[in-house]
Amino acid sequence: MSDPPEDSQLEQVARALEEISSADQGRLTELRTQLLGRKSGQLTQVLRGLKELEPAERQRIGARANALRAEIEAAITARAAVLSTGDRPIEDDLTMPGRARWLGAIHPVTAVVDEICDIFKELGFSRVSGPEAETEEYNFVKLNIGLDHPAADEHDTFFLEGPDAPADGAPWTPPGRYLLRTHTSPMQARTMEQHKPPIRIVVPGQAYRRDPFDPSHSPAFEQIEGLVVDEGVSFVDFKAGIDYFVKHFFTRDTAVRFRPSFFPFTEPSAEVDVQCQICRGSGCSTCKQTGFLEIMGAGMVHPAVFEFCGIDAERYTGYAFGMGPHRIAMLRHGIPDIRLLFHNDMRFLNQFVVTS
Amino acid sequence: MKVSLNWLSDLLGRQLEVDDVSHRLAMLGSPVEGVEALSPDLQDVIVAVVERVEPHPNADRLTLCHVHDGTEVREVVCGAPNVQAGRKYPYAPVGGTLPGGLKLSARKIRGVVSHGMLCSASELGLGSDHEGILELRTEAAAGTPFLDVMPIEDTRLDVEVTANRGDLLGHRGVARELSAVYGVPVKLPAIPQAREAATPRRVELKGAVGGVDVNIEDLDGCPRYMAAVIRGVQVGPSPAWLEARLRAIGARPINNVVDATNYILFELNQPLHAFDARRLRGDRVIVRRARRGERLTTLDGIDRALGVAMTMICDGDGPIAVGGVIGGANSEVTEATTDVLLECAYFDGRRIRNTRRALAISTDASYRFERGTDIDAMDEALRRAVILIRSVAGGDEPEGPIDVYPRPRPQRAVFVRPERVTQLLGTDISMREIEQHLSALGFVAAPKDGRLHVQVPAWRPDVAREVDLIEEIARLRGYDSFPLELRSFRPSSVPSDPDEIVRRRLRQLLTGMGLHEARSQPFVAPGHPDAARVVNPLSAEESCLRTDLMSGLAASVERNWGAMERGVRLFEIGHVFRSRGGEALPDERARVAGVVTGPRRPPHWTASGKAPDYDRWDARALAEGAMEVAVPGSRLEPRDDRWIVLARDGTERGWVGPVSADRPAWAAPLYGFEMDIVSGARPAVQYREVPAMPAVERDVALVLPDEVSALAVEQAIRSAAGALLESVHIFDEYRGAELAGRSVAWRLVLRAKDRTLRDEDADGVVTRVVAALKERFDVERR
Repeated sequence: MSDPPEDSQLEQVARALEEISSADQGRLTELRTQLLGRKSGQLTQVLRGLKELEPAERQRIGARANALRAEIEAAITARAAVLSTGDRPIEDDLTMPGRARWLGAIHPVTAVVDEICDIFKELGFSRVSGPEAETEEYNFVKLNIGLDHPAADEHDTFFLEGPDAPADGAPWTPPGRYLLRTHTSPMQARTMEQHKPPIRIVVPGQAYRRDPFDPSHSPAFEQIEGLVVDEGVSFVDFKAGIDYFVKHFFTRDTAVRFRPSFFPFTEPSAEVDVQCQICRGSGCSTCKQTGFLEIMGAGMVHPAVFEFCGIDAERYTGYAFGMGPHRIAMLRHGIPDIRLLFHNDMRFLNQFVVTS
Repeated sequence: MKVSLNWLSDLLGRQLEVDDVSHRLAMLGSPVEGVEALSPDLQDVIVAVVERVEPHPNADRLTLCHVHDGTEVREVVCGAPNVQAGRKYPYAPVGGTLPGGLKLSARKIRGVVSHGMLCSASELGLGSDHEGILELRTEAAAGTPFLDVMPIEDTRLDVEVTANRGDLLGHRGVARELSAVYGVPVKLPAIPQAREAATPRRVELKGAVGGVDVNIEDLDGCPRYMAAVIRGVQVGPSPAWLEARLRAIGARPINNVVDATNYILFELNQPLHAFDARRLRGDRVIVRRARRGERLTTLDGIDRALGVAMTMICDGDGPIAVGGVIGGANSEVTEATTDVLLECAYFDGRRIRNTRRALAISTDASYRFERGTDIDAMDEALRRAVILIRSVAGGDEPEGPIDVYPRPRPQRAVFVRPERVTQLLGTDISMREIEQHLSALGFVAAPKDGRLHVQVPAWRPDVAREVDLIEEIARLRGYDSFPLELRSFRPSSVPSDPDEIVRRRLRQLLTGMGLHEARSQPFVAPGHPDAARVVNPLSAEESCLRTDLMSGLAASVERNWGAMERGVRLFEIGHVFRSRGGEALPDERARVAGVVTGPRRPPHWTASGKAPDYDRWDARALAEGAMEVAVPGSRLEPRDDRWIVLARDGTERGWVGPVSADRPAWAAPLYGFEMDIVSGARPAVQYREVPAMPAVERDVALVLPDEVSALAVEQAIRSAAGALLESVHIFDEYRGAELAGRSVAWRLVLRAKDRTLRDEDADGVVTRVVAALKERFDVERR
């Protein structure tokens, strides 16, 4: 039969615990016996005497005693390990890894968007944004895309609940049907209506096309729109501005090619190709042996767009462009499937911690 | 649009090179997206002369031909009846291979050894005509490779044609573009055995041709309608050259009459339709709108209901074709057809577009009419078609075609100002150069009062105003010719979006806390009562727009769990939508959300490779960080097992707490937050003086009954402590059975601005605080 333990005994144990970390080999053995000895160890006795206590007291002292035992055991093990290295001073193994923290990655598409916008800021552009749910009026009509022109078909629009299309033969009335913008171009019209030239804007944001989600298409995708409106802005300014961007985004020696194309809201219109970043222009599977990659549609703002947006088309000229950061991110990082950019797989995103 | 390089070469009168054509078309705006070499496997086939034909000794239907292959005479058994002595035929010698891999060997046929084979068009993969051996009308000597006399080696180019350039949907259109850069004229290739066709007769609204009355009632839908009647045609397979041409662009040969109309379609971009003239009831053709309730079984065998806005071709009894879209089965040209009524018409693009949409069909014809055809080239196309049909199917044209064209369209003209060209293109271009470029493309330009008066050919409906011509000038001059010269500019008058700075800060903050930025598809399944619906979704599961970001993030977490990834840390910034019942555009707002699960930090050897999992307190701190940026001045309020983000004005702007997801047993609990991003610039942080005097710390541990919240105590501490209190925070909580409630410990940091605090000052504050807490909550210091 043992005596009921008291707090004072535990305090004694706690004091002995503090000694462990500086004990030599002989003292460590003594302390082990003194505290945890099977017969008369101080802590052993406390634990043995717990059953003599009132339940509440037993729980309180028991909890403390058990915690102390764990601490003592850990301290003795640690000290023994240190002593076993002999009398040599203890040195850290500097090949051991450091204590890391989680670092998050900016999404590779966001990184591309920010980088592109920052380059255009050097050219005096401001960065604005706008709504993704739009009207036919802003997505098409004000951009000179006739709703009955085959060009409108190419947009594969998602429509939202709202006004219906006019019945057969009935005239179209603004704002028309509601839709998810098929490009960021509606912000051209919204900006021109609200601001006077000089206008130089880039508009990043999400746009939508009714494409199935497959390796090269996504129904939602990022786009960056650009618009310049001022007196005396010419095709030469347009080419030089785009060239400046390409050479700063890619490399200074990247060749840029402007090809005629068609967009209802620009004229002359151009498709902008850059030298393939994979093969440097010699031809490979990425560029389909052409040595060039298409990166943006662009051109001089069509005077009809100015007219729709209340800007004097004789006095002002300008240029506009649109490009797809998803595609550019894929090219830049060698990502083969656009869906990887939407799967939010940790093993994928982990790869972009440093780059972005 | 599929283009045959041979056809283009014929039109331009010179052999074109694939690479050069591809480059030039690209730089003119119609890039070649694909190149396919069409080289039939006929290298082994040669021209041979049949010197003698005698009957096969053992078979009535076979003949024994003595064939000279250029070096010697060989005996060949032949099954076709048309072989004649003295003529030339394609011959596949022993050891040679035919298309499809058939390797020829000397073979006994009914007791006689046949050394090789005389070939029919179909055996050479050149046509469907099995009837006889292909006779070669050539000067080439026996032994000449067959491919030298039949230039069927071709290259198929897939040319991308933009929506404005319907004129490039025919070979002549593409040739015109190249003609402008090569400087050679476009000339239509000669048709073999051509007999001149009669000149059309123009009439107003109605007339007759070959005994058939023709009449336009729907002039809006069809402003010009021409028709020719050819009698006595023999419908059958087309000659090899015609089939080869169609095959080269991927079109399937059908019969000589239909193939001829298709040839004209792909050459001149003028859709034609051939009716069996004998099947026209009442000997008449009427162009009119469909009547309510009318139906037509079209060539594809589908019985279609017609709409009153559709332009129909009708005979005396009813519809026989959907004008400009598809023909009817009731007037189709068949093997039995002898008389053909050939239609060449112009249909209004808008009308065609609506019609083919309503019928859910798109044909080569509708595609072209929709984009605009050349109304001025119709007589040329029809006459060429008549010549071609008579060449390949025989027949006679009793009288010239009829041309119903009551209101001829006036020539269109546009002015170009050279100074505007300079203003827009940024470089000086002389009037003379402008004129050159435009005339190379078929425009007729003449100076007039310092401007250029430019007549626009009817094949260019896309050119309607000055800027359209300026584009043509830039295109022909070459986009490459404009310098890359960065000139001065004025900065934008448009202010940058302040919210972008907010979003950037959120990204910095959350990535700094170890979360990766996610991007999710914004389409979700129906379920939320306020979800905005997509009228034409890709699937029912994607028929609504997201009302929150968390559902997408939770799905991403589940996908990561599916890949056995235990630690997931994601955030997303994006728009969410709420329907306004279609009365207005959906309410659209920017939000930020984040999720965390699994180890709170990377495992490290100093902690035996163990790291605690994220819990609700981590989530709360993450959210509080985001709140400072996203909803400045907001606070959290506990509600059930989560917290609500309350803005300063009391509105709920988000939440923090556990997130329900389909969690495998081995995964850790999932926590997350989501909140609005309040729009607008954030005020700059205002500097507060950095303290010069030292602080004194005091700890106060209290045993709190369950109903007393830490927040309430803290507020009481703050109000009781007075001006010396700089900050107060909880540093410990202890729960034990011995306690009535729990023990919570606060650390008070006390500081005076102007002096070092003495212990008595600090103790005084603590005494005051403890007394106030006792008074207020009846709690004791532990």
